[in-house]
Amino acid sequence: MITAEQKPIQEIIQYIAPYSRILLVGCNECVTVCAAGGRKEVGLLASALHLSHLKQGKNIDIREITLERQCDPEYVEELAPYIDGVDAVVSMACGCGVQTIAGRFKKTPVFPAVNTRFMGASLSQGVWAERCKGCGDCVLGITGGVCPVARCSKHLFNGPCGGTSHGQCEVSQDIDCAWRLIWERLKELGLESRYEELMEAKDWRPGGAGGPGTIIREDLA
Amino acid sequence: MKTDSRLEKVLASGELAVTSECGPPRGCRPEKVKEKAALLKDHVDGINVTDNQTAMVRMSSCTAGILIKQMGLDPIIQMVSRDRNRLAMQSEIIGAYSFGINTMLCLSGDHAKFGDHPMAQGVFDIDSVQMIKMVRQMRDDGLFQGGAKIDGPPKMFVGAAANPFADPFELRVMRLAKKVKAGVDFIQTQCIFNLDKFEEWMKGVVDRGLDEQVHILAGITPMKSVGMARYMKNKVPGMDIPDDVIKRLEGVSKEQQPEEGIKMAVESIERLKQVKGVHGFHIMAIEWEEKVPQIVEKAGLFPRPKV
Amino acid sequence: MEHFEPEIVAFCCHYCAYTAADMAGSKRISYPSNVKIIRVPCSGKVDAIHLMKALEKGADGVYVAGCLAGDCHFKNGNVRAEARVNRVKKMLTELGWEPDRVAMFNMSAGMGEAFARIAKEFTETIQKLGPSPVKTGAVNQAAS
Ligand code: SF4
Ligand code: SF4
Repeated sequence: MITAEQKPIQEIIQYIAPYSRILLVGCNECVTVCAAGGRKEVGLLASALHLSHLKQGKNIDIREITLERQCDPEYVEELAPYIDGVDAVVSMACGCGVQTIAGRFKKTPVFPAVNTRFMGASLSQGVWAERCKGCGDCVLGITGGVCPVARCSKHLFNGPCGGTSHGQCEVSQDIDCAWRLIWERLKELGLESRYEELMEAKDWRPGGAGGPGTIIREDLA
Repeated sequence: MKTDSRLEKVLASGELAVTSECGPPRGCRPEKVKEKAALLKDHVDGINVTDNQTAMVRMSSCTAGILIKQMGLDPIIQMVSRDRNRLAMQSEIIGAYSFGINTMLCLSGDHAKFGDHPMAQGVFDIDSVQMIKMVRQMRDDGLFQGGAKIDGPPKMFVGAAANPFADPFELRVMRLAKKVKAGVDFIQTQCIFNLDKFEEWMKGVVDRGLDEQVHILAGITPMKSVGMARYMKNKVPGMDIPDDVIKRLEGVSKEQQPEEGIKMAVESIERLKQVKGVHGFHIMAIEWEEKVPQIVEKAGLFPRPKV
Repeated sequence: MEHFEPEIVAFCCHYCAYTAADMAGSKRISYPSNVKIIRVPCSGKVDAIHLMKALEKGADGVYVAGCLAGDCHFKNGNVRAEARVNRVKKMLTELGWEPDRVAMFNMSAGMGEAFARIAKEFTETIQKLGPSPVKTGAVNQAAS
């Protein structure tokens, strides 16, 4: 899923300073799972914004709403009845959601309330780690199910580099060296010989080097 | 001979080769490059010029290499995949070769985190193994990595690094094999302090016959002080410094530590000369280039062969 | 300065803190009447939003009282409550509010005296901090 973290409250307060009627929009998908922008967080942020304004003796009108999916025009349409009654939208979805709203409602400013971080998986309650960079040409089938693009700090396709120590990445002892993991996994699978096959220089186009990606499914479109 | 590289010629002659390195200045001080190179000039067969070493901005390896080349010496330019994509690498290689630079080293490079621009985006378009293959293809097939023909291909003698001490150890010979498969001509190893472990690695290299396919130059670094030894042990990724090394330096007075460090370097060379597959030495005297001639002489590697 | 009687909300878990409050009552140990007790099945049931809403509505201080460490009737409700209190403290700091307006306390069912002491001490803390910014903000605004 896509992970995100809430922005510092002061940054959000600055964004909305000129406005008094705010539509605060959460999303029920990834940001709900990573507790950054679901219904609960929408409530908390609204409350925090109220506290900030109350302290200054100001009033702010915040309407809270959480959509099924903010990156889908069909759901974003649900905001249409409210949009004329507000001065600005604050979105707690990932960057995709923010842009879907911005693209739909041309005259109302939209501000992000979260920083979108990465595509990751949950390791345990409250812990997420990056797992995929969306390179567009997945090699997990050759690397034993461990991604060298997202999990090796240097995106090495023929690692490990000379910096590994105690099996961890040279960047931090808190990061597992991806190539140590790949090697261990290949051994477990009895595929050691595969390690010595050269992995060729990558074509980065499908992952974004070719310009912003688009998928068109003729059967659906 | 595949190239005009002096290092290639020395290695082909069967003599033990000697290389050393000089870190370019952090500013527009060409005289510093020349001073450092001048210290090394009669005692080595090639001078590595580091490429933004430890991710700190310095004069570019290629430019400093040109300065050295213009002194009539033999620079070995280093290139890290951290700072350049394949376009920038290839144009730099053509440029370097146009100035007569004919030997280079392909590296991944330390992560930007270690340097003075930790906020920088690392490039890592291709890795060091793929870089070796690219430079070989430029030389042997006269083709760019993208497949187009080169009008006047660069003939580079291609080197790479190997760290026999990084984890997992069992992969270290296999990773070398991969570089050999990619077409590397010579290898300079990480600084060797744990000689037993290095010999174990070399045995693996020889057992697979890799020593027949690639020249291995053993990395030697003289310790200036026990402080430096401790720092390298604790702070530099991928270093293996046995406690004996630290104990031995602790055993002499602070004033005598530099001399002891040099003595240890010379002893290491003497021992490693006997190891099958070691075809030379790469002496990395970090900010201590003036001691390289002394080490080369004491280790009986002087004078350098005329080729 | 005019005497200030703070309004304090205490979320007390059914098994320990609320029983302790009962105990204080039956033993006639007095504690400040400023503290309004809300009984919750477990301190872990108290979410950050409840603390925030109490403050928003004008409470001068809010605290959660749960079982002693390791004694939660529902395993680790008190640990989670504490994490949430800390999160709200952090948020208040970012907002320029005094983080000490929220707190977490632990006690067992038999600790009637501790309950009274904590209620008293927290009331004093809030008295020192003064009225909630919600109230002072409104006053400032009216004055300007
Ligand atoms: S190889 Fe590419 S697509 Fe597959 S997990 Fe890694 S980044 Fe994602
Ligand atoms: S230590 Fe491992 S994960 Fe880190 S950069 Fe090197 S190969 Fe990649």
